[in-house]
Amino acid sequence: MIKQYVESAKKGAVDLLEQAHKALEETQKINKEYRYSAAFADPVAQAEKLQQQAKDGKAKGRLFGVFVSVKDNICVKGIESTASSAILKGYKPVFNATAVQKCIDEGAIILCKTVQDEFGFGGFSVNTGKGIEKPLNPIDRKRTCGGSSGGAAGLTKKATFPHLALAESTGGSIANPASFCGVAGLTPTYSRVSRYGLIDYANSLDKIGTMALNVNDAALLLEIISGHDPKDSTCSQLPVPSMADVPGVISGLRIGIVKEAFNEQMDNNVRKTILEAVYKLEQIGARRIELSLPLSMNYGLSSYYTLAMTEASTNLAKYCGLRYGASEQLSGTYNEYFSRVRTSQLGDEAKRRILLGTFARMAGHRDAFYTKAAQVRTKIIQEYHMAFKNVDVLITPTMPLVAPTFEELKQLTPLQHYMMDILTVPANLAGLPHISLPCGESNKLPIGIMITANHFQEQKMLQVSNALH
Amino acid sequence: MDITPEIVKKVAENARLKLKEEEIKKFAQEMKDILSNFEKLNEVDTKDVPPSFHPVPIKNTSRPDEKGECLTTQEALSLSPHTSGNYFKGPKTL
Repeated sequence: MIKQYVESAKKGAVDLLEQAHKALEETQKINKEYRYSAAFADPVAQAEKLQQQAKDGKAKGRLFGVFVSVKDNICVKGIESTASSAILKGYKPVFNATAVQKCIDEGAIILCKTVQDEFGFGGFSVNTGKGIEKPLNPIDRKRTCGGSSGGAAGLTKKATFPHLALAESTGGSIANPASFCGVAGLTPTYSRVSRYGLIDYANSLDKIGTMALNVNDAALLLEIISGHDPKDSTCSQLPVPSMADVPGVISGLRIGIVKEAFNEQMDNNVRKTILEAVYKLEQIGARRIELSLPLSMNYGLSSYYTLAMTEASTNLAKYCGLRYGASEQLSGTYNEYFSRVRTSQLGDEAKRRILLGTFARMAGHRDAFYTKAAQVRTKIIQEYHMAFKNVDVLITPTMPLVAPTFEELKQLTPLQHYMMDILTVPANLAGLPHISLPCGESNKLPIGIMITANHFQEQKMLQVSNALH
Repeated sequence: MDITPEIVKKVAENARLKLKEEEIKKFAQEMKDILSNFEKLNEVDTKDVPPSFHPVPIKNTSRPDEKGECLTTQEALSLSPHTSGNYFKGPKTL
């Protein structure tokens, strides 16, 4: 548990320098086998400063001496931050993302950046940018570690030192890899955490969240990074509730079982394991209520992908090879230069999404795709709000299966890849907080259970999580 | 939905992407597959339903018009090889 470690570190009972050397060596060793880290910070120099503070009796902060890895699309000052895209190669931000700064202010040691699908475009971390090797599952290297926060989840699983991860989700990019790697992954309500310093791909969907080996550590980090930030105009002004150590008392709590998430298309072992967990919750006082979310489950994917791609197609236009990141010799007109840079630097999935997003907002298609998708989103949000009148949380499997092998993934078309997000996308589209927790195994591979709560009701999902673990 | 190579060419031009012939063919098939699936959205009755461009209500916010912390010109220029004096240098626009 991070809290106990922090208390010891503050008292000077932990040799932070030794810890930093160990953390760095171990992360580099893990990296050789599993490829989770993109760029490294200097944890030893940071530890030295903290060690001095502890000696002077000035140690403070809820993360004092804790090693934090940062998904590559979250900016860390002076450390290459590329969102795993070649188009941002060499980009060393001149500022920290608010979430990163809040960690540093609490005494955290920034360890490294973690590998992801390029800009977050994928659910299996196989769409890393040009020249970036894909990360491998910590339990079986022939399998995916999920995505897009694949490096974050893999490192969280493997690290034996006190480590927490900052990750990010657009359509399920925290829950999915947390499920495939067997760690806890928390995604907050949209706008709970500032997006300042996040390399956004879809502004109306992106959320910075956390990962850890257990719920309370991930919740502590989420509590720390949450809260209003004048640097992000969309960031919520609502007060942040206590998230760490929410008691797992669930007597009388109403748990909604989403019928469509337990159909025949789901892996049998996954379905059975999640239903057993629900049974356990019933035994300790929860009320089980079956319900249906037809709009979310049938149209969530199409609405989500249309909006996400449309937003991505405009967002990525700022990477024009002039002010930061990859650049070339200036020649030709602006349009020729811009086309040359993005054509040579972006990967296939990024190009595919830019094309689809551009199509969806072109004259003649905009109403049929973009506006329609945003209207369907309204109805999906309404459907969830109706459901939350009758239940406190919703439970589904996180993923319909356990981590597939890279060979299996190769057989899938891009559309089939998107379909795998069927269970994580609707909650993300509606901006609802959700958590994925390890919940049993199938053939030694972790299964994830997903608990979703209403907007700004993070405490309820944590209540249920703590009752389960 | 029929997505022809000609449509992909036009979209790529708008998106400032230069695609090879075989890429255009591949993307045309994939886009057809994906957009046909997205067309399912037409089954949902959205008459008089306002679009949600954010999942939670977002208010316009403003702050006092006062000088605050920001990047210096040198910091802003420090990541680009294409600068001239206090400016970024770019290719000609026309």
